[in-house]
Amino acid sequence: MTSNAVRPLRARGSRRPRGVLLVLTALLLVVIAASLVVGPYPMSLGDLAATLVGHGDAGSTFVVWDLRVPRLALGIVAGAALALSGGLYQALLRNPLASPDIIGITGGASVAAVYAIVVLGASGAVLSGFAFAGAVVAALAVYALAWRDGISGYRFALIGIAVAFVASGVLSYLMTRGNLDAVQDAVVWLAGSIGNVSWQTVGVTAVLVAVLLPFVVAFAPRLRVLQLGDDLASGLGVRPERVRVTLLVVGAGLAAVATAAAGPIAFIAFMSAPIARRLVRDGSLALTATALTGVLIVLAGDFVGQNLFGAVQVPVGVVTGAVGAPYLLWQLATTNSRGKGA
Amino acid sequence: MMHDLRTEGLHLGYDGHAVVHGVDLVVPDGEVTVVVGANASGKSTLLRGLARLLKPLDGTVLLDGEDLHRAPSRKVAQVLGLLPQEPVAPDGIAVGDLVGRGRYPHQGWFRRWSPQDDVVVHRAMERTSTLDLAERPVAELSGGQRQRVWIAMALAQDPDVLLLDEPTTFLDLAHQVDVLDLLSELNREHGTTVVMVLHELNLAARYADHLVVMAEGRVVTTGPPAQVLTEEIVASAFGLSAQVVPDPVYGSPMVVPVGRLPVPDGAVPPPGPVV
Repeated sequence: MTSNAVRPLRARGSRRPRGVLLVLTALLLVVIAASLVVGPYPMSLGDLAATLVGHGDAGSTFVVWDLRVPRLALGIVAGAALALSGGLYQALLRNPLASPDIIGITGGASVAAVYAIVVLGASGAVLSGFAFAGAVVAALAVYALAWRDGISGYRFALIGIAVAFVASGVLSYLMTRGNLDAVQDAVVWLAGSIGNVSWQTVGVTAVLVAVLLPFVVAFAPRLRVLQLGDDLASGLGVRPERVRVTLLVVGAGLAAVATAAAGPIAFIAFMSAPIARRLVRDGSLALTATALTGVLIVLAGDFVGQNLFGAVQVPVGVVTGAVGAPYLLWQLATTNSRGKGA
Repeated sequence: MMHDLRTEGLHLGYDGHAVVHGVDLVVPDGEVTVVVGANASGKSTLLRGLARLLKPLDGTVLLDGEDLHRAPSRKVAQVLGLLPQEPVAPDGIAVGDLVGRGRYPHQGWFRRWSPQDDVVVHRAMERTSTLDLAERPVAELSGGQRQRVWIAMALAQDPDVLLLDEPTTFLDLAHQVDVLDLLSELNREHGTTVVMVLHELNLAARYADHLVVMAEGRVVTTGPPAQVLTEEIVASAFGLSAQVVPDPVYGSPMVVPVGRLPVPDGAVPPPGPVV
């Protein structure tokens, strides 16, 4: 029995996704290069190359290695983590609105992080730990409240949006209670920024994401089966609730780790996967393309915020918020007209 | 491969509310079993129980003597396939990719796609005449084509026992016959045991080797359609006054329902029981 008719199909089928990955990677390299040379301290590509291989002057070395490279590194790690968490949630709950930044999970991280900043005066690893715990607690709360003999993505999204409102209420309360310096720190953190970041933060974030990623890779085949509906997935030997709980926790973890380091950068989790899937357009999860899209939006948004507002430097979260809000409106307006809300 | 699928004192329900009450059922190996019954008779619930989508409130489902709910789910999936009533096709997915996902239970943590998978997927698509659809997005297919694709996916799973919940719903009559022919061929040519829930009594009687009639959550009677599908059973299980005559082509029992519509002058009056 030959399988010639199927094998070329699989080869052909993968051509478009591969093209998308190449284009995204190329764009990413352009944005990275631009971010390294453009800025308040511009340098030529030659200077950059020299600095990167260790032959730059002290000023260039400081700007590149202590400011721009860690900034880019955090943008890459946080962008990918947020995008993947959004892609996982949207696929698990079969609802484009069900991403961690819309349904209160980054909200939970924000509450815990701001509590840590304002009340405990924490920073660094303690702050990250609080953000992580806050995200997981929020995720479990939404899961528990939405549970009724299984999970409906629609109810999950609605309850999540309610939890997000609760979180923002608690945030406002915390802000009114703190002393001004701490609140100012919290406000800066809440805008979502990848600037002024230490190598240590980048390292911790990267390690945590590296711990979570293998779960995503290992569970991706189950998630692909789960996309066919719970009944069919059970028939194929997947336990839907087990996969869902595992990946919801992993997704909450990814969102939490990124949020802990960079603050809640608006809408990355929400926008990246739908854009990537629309580009790839083959019914797959498109997780790699999702991660690249997230990184691209963060780095491009940060470049815009750094360079296109004259002397003022705008945090990346403000830029992505400005892009993401209209996208959210569009998504809300079209979700139910396409009958995919449930 | 011989398999023994049976239930013992099976009670099933939702939210603790029982819908199926104490069913003892033996699924004959290598045959086509069709479960029929009125709406809310528990037939789909029973199939969900057999497919381990519902945990029994009481009693057990046994596959080869082993409790289905205790067996490793991937191992069960290598024997027992399921086509639910409303499977979901992810946006933009192509037919070939969808069928390929049926290989999941045969792949492990490390062994992902193998040439053997290609062979099985190819054969599944060949048997369902979906090979030339391989690159088409599932969303663009007609209802009949789509059902063939889902059956191809179930075949890619390569199960010895295939459970189907109303596989002909939403299809016009020609496509209903087409799907049932396909399942019947699968049974005859490959010995696959088929268990399905059907609404249409006459098609059920034609395609079943073994008919299971349910009413109010209990099995009323089982056996070959010619013995089981009598006017009395149709009256008691479906609350339907009917005449049962031999199908002029296949000889299987054919149910001719008699409703309130006046019988025209000159026609044979219905001898069936009046409910």
